[in-house]
Amino acid sequence: MRAILSFLVQRVSLSLVTLFLLSVMVFIAGQVLPGNVGRAILGPLADMRAVELLNTQLGLDRPILVQYWDWISNFVQGDMGTSYIFRAPVAPFVFEALGHTLKLAAVALVLVVPLGIAAGVVAALNVNRPLDRIISLGGLSATVLPEFVTGIVLILVFGVWLQWLPISAAWPPGAGLTTQIYYLILPALPLFLVLFGYIARMARSGMIEALDSDYVRTAVLKGLPWRTVIWRHALRNALLPTITVIASQTTYLVGGVVVVETLFRYQGIGSLIFTAARGKDFPILEAGILTIGIVLSIATLLADLLYSVLNPRIRLGGGR
Amino acid sequence: MLDQPEVAQIGRDALTIAGLSVAYRTQGRDRTVLRDLSLRIGKGEAYGLVGESGCGKSTVALTAVRYLPRNGSVTGGHVLVDGADVIALDSVSLRRMRAKTISMVYQDPGKALNPSMRIGRQITEIFELAGLAAGPSKDRAIDTLKRVRISDPVRVMQRYPHQLSGGMQQRVGIAMALASDPTMLILDEPTTGLDATVEAEVLDLIVQLRQEFQTSLLFISHNLAVVSRMCDRVGVLYAGMLVEEGPTKDLFDNPRHPYTVALLRCLPRGGQRKDLGRLDTIPGNLPAPGATISGCAFADRCALADDLCRTKLPPLFDLGGRLSRCHYHDRALTLPRTLPAEAASPAAAKYDAPVLKVDNLNMTFGSGSHALHAVTDVSLSLLPGETLGLVGESGSGKTTLARMLLGVIEPDPGGRIMLEGNLVEPSLERRSWQQVKAMQIVFQNPDSALNRSHPVSRIIGRALRRLAGLSGAPLKQRLLSLMQSVRLSERHLQAKPRQLSGGLKQRVAIARAFAGDPRIVVCDEPTSALDVSVQSAILNLLVDLQARHHVSYIFISHDLGVVRYLSDKIVVLYLGRVMETGPAEQVFSGPHHPYTEALLSAVPTLDGPGMARIRLQGEIPSAVNPPSGCVFHTRCPRKIGPVCEQAEPPLARNQAGHAIRCHIPAAELAELQTAKTVGPQPQ
Repeated sequence: MRAILSFLVQRVSLSLVTLFLLSVMVFIAGQVLPGNVGRAILGPLADMRAVELLNTQLGLDRPILVQYWDWISNFVQGDMGTSYIFRAPVAPFVFEALGHTLKLAAVALVLVVPLGIAAGVVAALNVNRPLDRIISLGGLSATVLPEFVTGIVLILVFGVWLQWLPISAAWPPGAGLTTQIYYLILPALPLFLVLFGYIARMARSGMIEALDSDYVRTAVLKGLPWRTVIWRHALRNALLPTITVIASQTTYLVGGVVVVETLFRYQGIGSLIFTAARGKDFPILEAGILTIGIVLSIATLLADLLYSVLNPRIRLGGGR
Repeated sequence: MLDQPEVAQIGRDALTIAGLSVAYRTQGRDRTVLRDLSLRIGKGEAYGLVGESGCGKSTVALTAVRYLPRNGSVTGGHVLVDGADVIALDSVSLRRMRAKTISMVYQDPGKALNPSMRIGRQITEIFELAGLAAGPSKDRAIDTLKRVRISDPVRVMQRYPHQLSGGMQQRVGIAMALASDPTMLILDEPTTGLDATVEAEVLDLIVQLRQEFQTSLLFISHNLAVVSRMCDRVGVLYAGMLVEEGPTKDLFDNPRHPYTVALLRCLPRGGQRKDLGRLDTIPGNLPAPGATISGCAFADRCALADDLCRTKLPPLFDLGGRLSRCHYHDRALTLPRTLPAEAASPAAAKYDAPVLKVDNLNMTFGSGSHALHAVTDVSLSLLPGETLGLVGESGSGKTTLARMLLGVIEPDPGGRIMLEGNLVEPSLERRSWQQVKAMQIVFQNPDSALNRSHPVSRIIGRALRRLAGLSGAPLKQRLLSLMQSVRLSERHLQAKPRQLSGGLKQRVAIARAFAGDPRIVVCDEPTSALDVSVQSAILNLLVDLQARHHVSYIFISHDLGVVRYLSDKIVVLYLGRVMETGPAEQVFSGPHHPYTEALLSAVPTLDGPGMARIRLQGEIPSAVNPPSGCVFHTRCPRKIGPVCEQAEPPLARNQAGHAIRCHIPAAELAELQTAKTVGPQPQ
């Protein structure tokens, strides 16, 4: 237990360093981007004096270190600043968008983790037989196709042609959870396809390795039924590496969904950042990116924790 | 098919193998690995199967439990376990047979246990399979662990495999195998990879358990001495064929097949030393799996072979209770030696100035309460052309000492390393080029020590460039002469390491170490991974190179027979301290330090029980928290009293340079050690 605690402290401090570096990078990028913020807000016809006045009001003429400190200390206290475009606090926008994205990611994960693992395990149990080839090849093809291709095909097939699912992810106001999930199935499918191949392949190779291992031989030669050997002896050891892969792929689910969100007109954090970047709305842009960073750090931390809980060699250390 | 009397006989056997042929399918071709193999193991009998790697020993074991690799198949014959044909069983009966009748103990106990399951669960599931409820299963598991002499079974049940030592893991492996009271127990190299002291404990345990349970054993090992200790009858396997079989003592004392004769001659026996005679070797290689064998499989490597041997496969001649597959079984013992027996070394010139002198070397890893004293106050000296044997269990500091000498790790301040009279910087980076090339190393595992993407010419060429400063034509010339001196031929120059056998790879590693004309070569278990016939060739090579170049060796090995053969001087380490040191002859003939005595009596030999046997209990203590007084007192079978716990004995040296760190005077030790067996003392 002490080993886990010190491991946790170590990982948390590492995450904090990463987040600090990210905040600096985001902030500097905001400064370096071409264009005058006041001009961008007021439009090309505005008076030069008005533009400068606005810049002063926004505090943009102060030294850069002061601006950074101001921003980051407010951010840590939960104040993400005020949007240039909406003239309103940033936080509600970011949280709402983040909530949407997490919902979409959750639907995709709930679908892809069990199915991907099951497919990989089934492939491993039928290694080099037709079923294995179909799963491996299918998974690989799905993974290499970009989501804007699969997304469009899925919209055309299920939304336009068969008309089974709504083509936009924007559910009607006041919709219940089931309706929301119903609207999210189609946008989640392209994400599902991208991840399915990865997870199935990891689960397959982990399982093959486990089945070839000496401890599975021991279990078989104890006379245990095949099912017990698989469930009790092979699976847990086989899936340890897969868990790490799933965790690293949540990065993609949270950060890389801009395309899917745009395609399905879904107000997630990806499309929020995209809009903010186009409108030079730096407070939203910076807050959005930093929020994604925080979410990813937490996800990675949870995955590491899960891995170490499942693996006694890490949990208990190497000591005798 | 089997005729009637045979069937009746089989009913009384624990294992019958009749006309068994097994093939592995690789690259679209079936390659035969077992050829028409027949053997029988009676109820309660212990049968040893020996032979070099690749001869099919493990395939026999895996066929008996029907767990051949995916590409393996039985192409003929029968395997009957307790009368039931294993190959014909349906899956339910097969599972029942595995659960009740036959069990196996594996070579690598750490891998054979499930890393993510507690020991307890891995044992209780055996009893649950037999229909017991969880509670009684747990009680039975505790009993089972007690049977393999685990003193604290409840605590061990809570552990995961990685939290146990190798010896404990193997006890658990044996406990699991015996849990179902099987008729037949297969042990596949059960002690390979364990320390000699642990091996001795495990073998003792198997002997005791055999007496208790009357289980039949199939004991597979490459170690002839271990088999000779454990088994009633022995079969010698060569190229998938049984070439000789007989009662253990008869077979080893009076072998009737040239292969057995040759194998036994590869081993240093009866105190053989390098200056008294060379080891013999077996020329050539084992036939590749699937090779077509027309005559005798061993004919190509046999000096007795004639045309008859090369054309007609000899049958298994019945020699009255024993079998030999040799046309000339009556004169197998007259097999001429491959190498003349006379010693290679000209009488070594006498030197007075040591090439290496080490004073008060210490090595501490970590600091504070976690400080690990890996090496404590070690001093030694080495003359040119001399071999120093470094002996001790794993964890005794052998490798740490070697790494300090090489400068890979820096010793604590205060110690001194003198090379040819000059002080050597502790760290490799600050050593002069002359000093670096003067000390080289040969590792245990040439696979990981050689760059596998480079051909041999480049591996050795690079060493010549770096260590000898050669280039161009002189380099080429030196490369060829170096290859010749380690008996590699020119055709090996372009080969990559993976295309070479273990023995050839080790020759490349030796050539690399000799590239800069070193003064000292550290050999860290250089032959442990090799078969005996290859080992003897490498040992001969090391002796030849030493005689020619007057190079000194620091030879680390757990095989005391090999150490004795090669060494002029011995240092025995325990928990990083020198427990005994002196001329090899004296260290081996005694009086011994009790620890040395225990090491010596742990090693099974083919020369019969020579000395009184003493056994160590438990494991080597942690170097983080070493015992007080004499560090060996916690395991010492000859402990005399509180003085051992309170004061560290000095390293008492006699005139001949033989020194023992013990409170018992040497004369008294000598007396004790000529007396009879001493068992482990109850604490």
